Amino acid sequence: MRRHALDWRPGAGIGVLRARAEMLGRLRGFFAERRVLEVETPLLSSCFGTEPSIEPLQSEFVGPGYASGRRLYLQSSPEFFMKRLLADGSGPIYQVCKAFRNGEAGRLHNPEFSILEWYRPDFAADQLMQELAELVQLLLGQDDLPVEFRPYAQLFEEVLGLDVFSAQAEQLRACACERNLLGAEQLQLDRDGWLNLLMSTLIEAELGRDGLCFVTDYPASQASLARINAYDTRTAKRFELYYRGVELANGFEELVDATEQAERFEHENCTRRGRGQQPMPVDEALLGALEAGLPACSGVALGLDRLLMCALELDDIDQVLAFSLARI
Amino acid sequence: MATYNTNEFRGGLKLLLDGDPCTILENEFVKPGKGQAFNRVKLRNLKTGRVLEKTFRSGETVEAADVMDRTLSYLYADGEFWHFMDNESYEQYQADANAMGEATKWIKEQDDCMVTLWNGTPIAVEAPNFVILEITETDPGLKGDTSGGGGKPATLETGAVVRVPLFIQTGEKIKVDTRSGEYVSRAKDD
Repeated sequence: MRRHALDWRPGAGIGVLRARAEMLGRLRGFFAERRVLEVETPLLSSCFGTEPSIEPLQSEFVGPGYASGRRLYLQSSPEFFMKRLLADGSGPIYQVCKAFRNGEAGRLHNPEFSILEWYRPDFAADQLMQELAELVQLLLGQDDLPVEFRPYAQLFEEVLGLDVFSAQAEQLRACACERNLLGAEQLQLDRDGWLNLLMSTLIEAELGRDGLCFVTDYPASQASLARINAYDTRTAKRFELYYRGVELANGFEELVDATEQAERFEHENCTRRGRGQQPMPVDEALLGALEAGLPACSGVALGLDRLLMCALELDDIDQVLAFSLARI
Repeated sequence: MATYNTNEFRGGLKLLLDGDPCTILENEFVKPGKGQAFNRVKLRNLKTGRVLEKTFRSGETVEAADVMDRTLSYLYADGEFWHFMDNESYEQYQADANAMGEATKWIKEQDDCMVTLWNGTPIAVEAPNFVILEITETDPGLKGDTSGGGGKPATLETGAVVRVPLFIQTGEKIKVDTRSGEYVSRAKDD
């Protein structure tokens, strides 16, 4: 008999595959009822987001028109394409697709994963969080799951006694050291790096222990593609959903200003260069769409593999994927 | 100086942390959706045996520890050091009491032991899981008692004391589990 290095069997059993299929069926029903249109956009693009903490997997097209090859990036989110549809007047849209990120593999990460992303013109962040909560309750089969909302700054104040707006990197490091986060004294991080570390090691595990927990109003320095709050410019209209300590979704009341978007791309590419990372080709088509007019809207991306893990009470993403990185 | 990138981290990898050799027990990749990635690592300090946790920035490199496990044959003790030999290269090594730990209680000349070498020096010695040792002293038990219930202390040829069933006598050879320090059975005569 031939010997194979890889286990041929899937990580997810037939029961899990059925649960996934059922989940997809229910979510499509949810959006059909609400008249949100399902769309498909490319997984490959010549552009990629500039966020310094998200690295692309690359591919190359060689063929008619591109004799010497055209670099294409597997998308980490269908966001830019979906915003071009919104600017073209699509109305509310959703998409279920694969998303790709280089460098990420672990108990909660696989470089290729499934997301549900949707956009609601005229929804404020609050309305979209409400809709997201209803959908997740439906998909988990728990209508009465409690929902709480915790502003980012308040969370840090309550759990760590920190003022996220005034605390500098050294103070955040001291907090990590005080809480016996070994290795903290040697780490070189910027302010947001420390906030991320404290969030993922000292705060996250307790979030959403008894229900759905929305963390809202992220610091403006972590706005990503969210609008800055008009009433408090230190924060942005960005939220995340946690359930049982697992980060399930990230959403924004979307930035629609083309100039500010171009500045953020430039700023993030600058950070990339500073860290020795490749700058990313800026998506001029997205900027064109924003100039033409993206309707005021909110959008969110939900990790379906992790949601399935929660629904089935499994603790490794390998158990909900037919073939995770270790099996391909 | 050999180094490892965090992407090379896996169970059993040996790192040098604060001057001490450590082995990775668990390695967890942690990353917020929009933030910096970290590796949270659980390690055992190979010198002290203590378990610690440490957070690394993903992509960072860490110095490797030149640590290897070798099966070595125990030769003799000279009062200060315990001497071992590699049966293939005939190279000899000496381990101090610290490195020997509990192993001194169980090993006899010519026993094969798992020895952890750091920069060529033994820092930990593991006795074989099962050893056969002769009883040098134990109270005579009650005749006819074969139940094994209760038991009594018995001193072994290495000096270790274990509890044995009442029917076991001085001069007999017994099999001992060195991990629990418990009597397993009478040794079969070869």
